[in-house]
This record gives sequence, C-alpha cells and structure tokens, in this order.
Amino acid sequence: MAKTSSGTALVTLPTDTQILITREFDAPRHLVYKAYTTPELIKRWWSGDRGEVTKADVDLRVGGKWRYVMTANGGFEVGFHGEYREVVPNDRLVTTEVYEGMPEGEAVVTHTFSEKDGHTTLTILMQLQSQADRDAVINSGMEGGMQEAMDHLEQVAVSLR
Amino acid sequence: MARAATTADAFNAVAEPRRRQILDVLSGGERPVNDLVRLVGLAQPLVSKHLRVLREVGLVGVRDEGRQRMYSVNGQPLKPIHDWVKTYERSWSRRFDRLDVVLEELKEVKEDDDGEDE
Repeated sequence: MAKTSSGTALVTLPTDTQILITREFDAPRHLVYKAYTTPELIKRWWSGDRGEVTKADVDLRVGGKWRYVMTANGGFEVGFHGEYREVVPNDRLVTTEVYEGMPEGEAVVTHTFSEKDGHTTLTILMQLQSQADRDAVINSGMEGGMQEAMDHLEQVAVSLR
Repeated sequence: MARAATTADAFNAVAEPRRRQILDVLSGGERPVNDLVRLVGLAQPLVSKHLRVLREVGLVGVRDEGRQRMYSVNGQPLKPIHDWVKTYERSWSRRFDRLDVVLEELKEVKEDDDGEDE
C-alpha cells in the first residue's frame, strides 16, 4: 500500500468563538463521506491514537442523533453526542456536538466535502457559544496531544499493509 | 503551554478584535498612529489605548521618526498562541492520518468492484 498521508490538518481560529479545521484527502468525496458517516469505519479513525472507539451510533437523517464514545488510553471514557441538522450526502453535514465532559458547551459543526481532481477537501467549522468554550475545546486537544507522545499510528498503519 | 492568569499576555492582547485589526494593519508594514486611526476607524485615544496593551506584551514596537512615532508588529509573542493551536491541530492530524488508511482501503474495494464489472 502506498504512503497515504495527504498532509496535516490545518486549524485556524476565524473568530473568537470558532475553530476551522481543513484537510485534504487523496480520495473522492463519496468515500470520505462514507468513512465519515459509517459506524464501523468511524470506529477505525475517530479516536486518532488517543484510545479505542467503543461506540459509534449514527442515525443519519435530519433530527437523527449521533453518539461516539471512546475509551482513552488512560482508561477513562470520553463521549460526544449530538443531532444532525442538515444532511446532504457527499456534500454537507451540519450537526450539533456536545462533549459529555462539558455538557453545557454545545457546538454547531458544519462539515463540507468538496472534490477536485479526485481529491477531497474537508472543512469542519465549529461554532462555539463563547470564547471560553472555544478555548476549552482547544485545551482538550492539547491534553490529547500529550497522550500522543507515543505514536501508535505508525504501528496501525503498518499492520494494515 | 499553560495560559497565564495575568492580563498582560498575548492571549489577552489578541482576544480583542480591534487589537487584532491593528495587528493586521501593521503586518503590512509600520505605520504612524494617524494611519491606524484612519484604517481601523476608531478615535485616536482608543487606538492609543489598544497600542499600549499591544506594546506591553511586546506585540508592537515603536520608534521615533522625526515628529512621528512609527508602530510596527513583532510576531514573537504570538508563538505561545501558535503552539497552543498547534497541539490541537496535531490531534486532528492523527485522526485524519487514520482516516487516510480507511480511505485507501475503500478505494481498493472500489477498484476491485470496477474490475469485476469489466
């Protein structure tokens, strides 16, 4: 299998209450969308190398609920859930997102999938309710970054060859 | 990187949208305060107040040129902010690296299907 990395995620902070994540994938957008919305596939990537996904419930329709749970490498459970607000297959997903550790901070997350020359650009715009909520989300990622000191990823990638 | 509790840090300095706007203007080159007043659209006392905050954290420098004071941007104090976001970016990158592996397999399945169709 070829080296698959298409580059790192780009994170910017367009306003005090937003986080914008952009990443390009070397795959057509219907496959990116499929990997993004299919429970058994979500289980394989969503936790990164921070743990293991134990639950990926997806009721992919407007008003439908989703919930992902992972057991982090430290042994504790981390859950996220929300509701689908817009579902345009292969194109656009708008969801609410609640980190169950901070249930008062609901985000509205807009995903767009755009394809060019067989490559897909995924943008994820997180709209938080306050700057404090936004900063807390970034800080939670920092915690994960430390846990990622040991890079499990290469092992997984190699084992899949 | 812990976020300092003091108000005199870069995080606080750039939390104010007008101060970010001043930095954006200065990133195009040094300017006297009159230019900033015109470009940012605030009264001079307010611009001066924001400049004072930015100078306190080292984000803005100043030098005298004749009768004018020229303000310029210094990006170094932004590094803790950059590092802060960078770590979050890294955890998303790890997540997407895994997604790449999944996509590569989906593409292979697709190619196999195409082969059978032929």
